[in-house]
Amino acid sequence: MHNKTLSELSASLHNGDISSVELTQHYLDRIKKHNGDLNAFITVTEDNALKQAKAADQQLQQKTAGVLTGIPMAHKDIFCTEGVRTSCASKMLDNFIAPYNATVVEKINTAGMVTLGKTNMDEFAMGSSNETSFYGDVKNPWDTKRVPGGSSGGSAAAVAAKLAPIATGTDTGGSIRQPASLCNLTGLKPTYGRISRYGMIAFASSLDQAGPMANNAEDAALLLNAMAGFDKRDSTSVERDVPDYTASLNDSLEGLKIGLPKEYFGEGLDADVAATVETAIKMYESLGATIKEVTLPNTELAVPTYYVVAPAECSSNLSRMDGVRFGHRCEDPKDLTDLYARSRGEGFGEEVKRRIMTGTYALSAGYYDAYYLKAQQCRRLISDDFQQAFNDVDVIMGPTAPTTAFKLGDKTDDPVSMYLADIYTISTNLAGLPGMSIPAGFVKGLPVGMQIIGNYFDEARLLNVANRYQQLTDWHQQTPDAFK
Amino acid sequence: MSLDKTDVEKIAHLARLAVDDVDIPHYARDLTNIFDLVEQLSKADTSDITPMAHPLDANQRLRADEVTEVNQRETFQKIAPKTEAGVYLVPQVIE
Repeated sequence: MHNKTLSELSASLHNGDISSVELTQHYLDRIKKHNGDLNAFITVTEDNALKQAKAADQQLQQKTAGVLTGIPMAHKDIFCTEGVRTSCASKMLDNFIAPYNATVVEKINTAGMVTLGKTNMDEFAMGSSNETSFYGDVKNPWDTKRVPGGSSGGSAAAVAAKLAPIATGTDTGGSIRQPASLCNLTGLKPTYGRISRYGMIAFASSLDQAGPMANNAEDAALLLNAMAGFDKRDSTSVERDVPDYTASLNDSLEGLKIGLPKEYFGEGLDADVAATVETAIKMYESLGATIKEVTLPNTELAVPTYYVVAPAECSSNLSRMDGVRFGHRCEDPKDLTDLYARSRGEGFGEEVKRRIMTGTYALSAGYYDAYYLKAQQCRRLISDDFQQAFNDVDVIMGPTAPTTAFKLGDKTDDPVSMYLADIYTISTNLAGLPGMSIPAGFVKGLPVGMQIIGNYFDEARLLNVANRYQQLTDWHQQTPDAFK
Repeated sequence: MSLDKTDVEKIAHLARLAVDDVDIPHYARDLTNIFDLVEQLSKADTSDITPMAHPLDANQRLRADEVTEVNQRETFQKIAPKTEAGVYLVPQVIE
């Protein structure tokens, strides 16, 4: 049952082969059985899930159900869920019961889906290995001694181990695509502004974007249909029609022009990962696509630019966690400054503090021009590179991450080496472009992801390009032995 | 570039973060490494480049100045660490 696609599950629910309650119970049982090994969930909302499933079954009986009605899913614990703890994997919000739903949660509820629970993540989405969570490391289902990637590591592990058919993630510098790559998933970060950020706890507001983490492109398209759209509550949400992302999945790729940025295949890329991705991309020629080299000459600026822009925005966004209105408060504050400083010092983990301090310094008097302004200028250079490339090609392809999943603890002592795990994904966030990671093969039993980057609002094309590859290959259908 | 103990203490104060003395040396080392990485930006020629504040160069959307939210004070204060008579309590600020 847990190896079915969303449309297969939908068909089974609609023709009465199975009820949503039975399906939901099946996944709740799998979570009970396996979550101890993976630590993919922070909170499992069993009672609420079964209640939602019962309501879905009624809709199914009354023939008022939609395509996603009754299908279980999981939310990254960064989305506010009314009445349910929304921790962002931080001690700071360990006691935070969200008083309202994020727009994404509201839309997915309206679509009739069943929420199984809230998935683990790096604290406040800051990390690439899911090792900064207050609730402990998430393990990669393909090798539990390795990281699942981050920051959406819990969502990735849950979907890869078939503890949920699909999940939401968020991506500020690669946090959907990199864990998708390390866990053999199909993950999509849409264009900035495509999905509402309302109720999605902010890390870096000019970069954050939500998206689906799925087993295949069709599933991702179905969830994106439910997630995308204008929201007046998010001032950066874009007023633009949402196409049916499933409509063009099977379009021909005849004449598609694929660009390979030479900077994405240089030093630092594992040779086996490079070979796997190159073989995967070559397959597009059999679908009628042409492949050419392109250049993104400012790629080396991406990581340093990001580590000014993202920490600067995070230092501002996280100032709302002050121990006054919600979240952790220290014992016996001696004055207001002490209340702020100790509540924050106790509530935030090390990586979050490191980033807040980085951002605070970059924005402090006398340094603004040298760091923040300079970084925003470099951001324009990086963005212009993509537009130049898109004059010649329709999509850009390359590796999602420089290596397969690394071992737990391998990079925790060296933040800068961890930051370089996102070297191929960060640029798309800086430019606001949509990007996707899809399974492209395995190296020594570990999944390799191929990245597909499109121009603004080209999500339908990315999903089409991914789907056509998945019709020729079965990498995306592989499941780790322990979770079959 | 190298950040020392005094720099870290100053930054931590600006960020209102209590940091244990024993942790200061490793924050100093990590922040130094991060700003060494950031230093690579100085190589880029950005003269005449307009800073990019928003990926789509969008403008702030405006709306009519009307009340659209209902008062939910009780709901919001239920999750507050300390409240009394509808206000949030903090240590006394003014003598």
